[in-house]
Amino acid sequence: MEKKWEEMTPEEKREARFETWLSAEGVAFQSAEAEASYKANIRRLKDAVLMEKAPDRVPVLIMGTLMQAHLYGVTPEECMYDYGKLDSAHKRFLQDYRPDFFSTPAFVGSGKILDILDMQQYRWPGHGIPGTSGYQCVEGEYMTAEDYPALINDPSDFWLRTWLPRVFGALEPLKNLGALTDLWEIVGVSGHMIPYGIPDVQNALKALMAAGDEAMAWIQQIGAFEMEAKAMGFTSSVGGASKARFDILADTLRGTRGAMMDMYRQPDRILEAVERLTPLYIRQGVGMASFAGNPLVFMPLHKGADGFMSDQQFKTFYWPTLKAVILGLAEEGCVPFLFCEGGYNSRLEYLQELPKGSCFWVFDRTDMTRAKEMLGDTLCIGGNVPSGLILTGTADDVKDYCRDLIDTAGKGGGYLMSFGTAMDEGKPETVHAMIDFTKEYGVYA
Amino acid sequence: MSGELAKRLADLKEEEAVAFVEKALAEGTDPMDLLAEAREGMMTVGSRFAEEEYFIPDLIYSGAILKRIVSILEPHLKEEQTSGESKGKVVIGTVAGDIHDIGKDLVVFMLDVSGFEVLDLGIDVPEAKFVDAVRESGSKVVGLSGFLTPAFDSMKRTVEALREAGLRDDVKVMIGGGQVDDRIRGYTGADAYGKDAMEAVHLAEQWIGG
Ligand code: B12
Repeated sequence: MEKKWEEMTPEEKREARFETWLSAEGVAFQSAEAEASYKANIRRLKDAVLMEKAPDRVPVLIMGTLMQAHLYGVTPEECMYDYGKLDSAHKRFLQDYRPDFFSTPAFVGSGKILDILDMQQYRWPGHGIPGTSGYQCVEGEYMTAEDYPALINDPSDFWLRTWLPRVFGALEPLKNLGALTDLWEIVGVSGHMIPYGIPDVQNALKALMAAGDEAMAWIQQIGAFEMEAKAMGFTSSVGGASKARFDILADTLRGTRGAMMDMYRQPDRILEAVERLTPLYIRQGVGMASFAGNPLVFMPLHKGADGFMSDQQFKTFYWPTLKAVILGLAEEGCVPFLFCEGGYNSRLEYLQELPKGSCFWVFDRTDMTRAKEMLGDTLCIGGNVPSGLILTGTADDVKDYCRDLIDTAGKGGGYLMSFGTAMDEGKPETVHAMIDFTKEYGVYA
Repeated sequence: MSGELAKRLADLKEEEAVAFVEKALAEGTDPMDLLAEAREGMMTVGSRFAEEEYFIPDLIYSGAILKRIVSILEPHLKEEQTSGESKGKVVIGTVAGDIHDIGKDLVVFMLDVSGFEVLDLGIDVPEAKFVDAVRESGSKVVGLSGFLTPAFDSMKRTVEALREAGLRDDVKVMIGGGQVDDRIRGYTGADAYGKDAMEAVHLAEQWIGG
């Protein structure tokens, strides 16, 4: 008899998740080759990540936000408003470039939804920035220095009645709602409904419904693309997503400046807040990975990089809170995919604390030779192909760079080829060079 | 002057630094001396940053402490006293299509406390605005900040615009931010790439205010 999920060890859970991923339920492969390629991609990545043996060759993982569209002349504005155009660029990209893994067009959200909700925390093409620019964040304190107790007491309530109203113009009236947990016993029901009768609140609810309609239209197209990509034999490099909790604070809530000031002015509050958020961000990663049937949980890392804080601050505010989420995800059989932005040269020793094969790290500006030396026995690493090289270099420059990476960081396995950044733009000859050269040169004996 | 304020600020002792300023003012210390000492403290912060003893949060925090101190001193200063002796003018901005400001603001801040007069053009700055600013101010140094890769081309166009306006030989251009590196310096035709805010200061000092 099969073991119940709760009785399985983390390794067994991970194995089960890989099996689900390999089984590709509901995918009608276009050919036997497509199916073989889909499965080979997963096994290749699995071997690279688990580090029990070298894979057949170096996996090629392409992370792009707007790059696929850019390569086919589709503008950022078109990407966000014409999902069909975005999809067709992604499809042509797969046909022409054939990376092992695709990065989903879902990374480019819908501009129409942002319009409906009137998002304040970003500018997007045609909305505060030119149609040819990618969307960009507007730094701000969307949570104030005084808001910590509210966040810590009840994060979801804080999100609903404070953060959403500040970040989305159309949802501002939600600040009039009562706390949901105030609703108990029959006598409370009627009174609790009063705010939902306020015309402004009703408009906010209508905006949510309109955004929901648009989200359905969006996911139908994006979902169809993902199905087709799989049918063509490609695999998605992202199952779920999560974040380091300090980054939630420093990106989403307090902003860079706010969070940095809090490290001095109210350090205990930060620690309490990130502690409170731990289970929520394990839940998010596990939930999404289970839904997608893909164990990889993408985690972009921001404010703990070299230069962003001292070693002491990293040790206090960042690392424990990140490590807990990584281990929590691994415990549930997921494979955290750390997208490690900036440099991590001063942090590599901490990464040595992670169990062998528990996750993999795609680096941006980290010294790959040193990373291999320090992590080569335990963790799969990749990345580091610079955006500047791809955009302004030649095919030969790129091949030389990739050869070096494969010879050093790729030695013996535990390695994957990837850009160091999520690319917004591309140049055909250099992107081809990176993919084709790796497939040819990156073969293990 | 005792150096006590400079030390407290350099050590990021916010409340102690503020208390010192309040007490010194009450005792009749010249606010100009206090301001000069605060600047001195900021220079120490800058050199600790360059030596990798301090990091971005320390810069941001020291800036906030300085702001508090200046707001206490300001009512006691005469208008023209707030700015000290200038080492020279630097024009700076985040290039067209890019709206990021944290990195640029840190550069502006460090240049300012290092004694440069900074003309901050803000974010999403079109080429022509850089050209006009250089022409009007006679500044000899231009700093271009950019965060995302499309900024590479905006930087390149800005350097070209300076050339077309006949100003290229009169100015030194430094670039930095996010994904910029030395390869991009070559691509854009700038004179130097600086990896952080202190490098921006060093470049400016090398060029105009050594
Ligand atoms: C934090 C961050 C974010 C935050 C930004 C806002 C916030 N609330 O903090 C959030 C989470 C919102 C975010 C979003 C995105 N980001 Co982001 N982000 C970063 C990150 C981790 C740090 C940037 C930062 O804050 N730097 C701090 C400042 C102080 O540094 P700085 O600007 O470089 O400035 C310093 C120096 O460069 C120098 N300097 C700056 N200007 C100048 C000028 C001169 C003249 C000189 C000499 C020096 C100099 O001095 C400064 C101080 O020392 C970087 C990766 C990295 N580590 O660089 C990615 C990064 C910039 N992001 C990236 C991407 C892809 C995105 C998204 C598109 C992701 C997505 N799909 O949603 C979005 C949208 C774009 C955007 N930025 O708004 C990519 C950009 C790649 C590209 N294609 O260009 C990066 C490089 C990450 C990566 N490796 O892929 N991001």
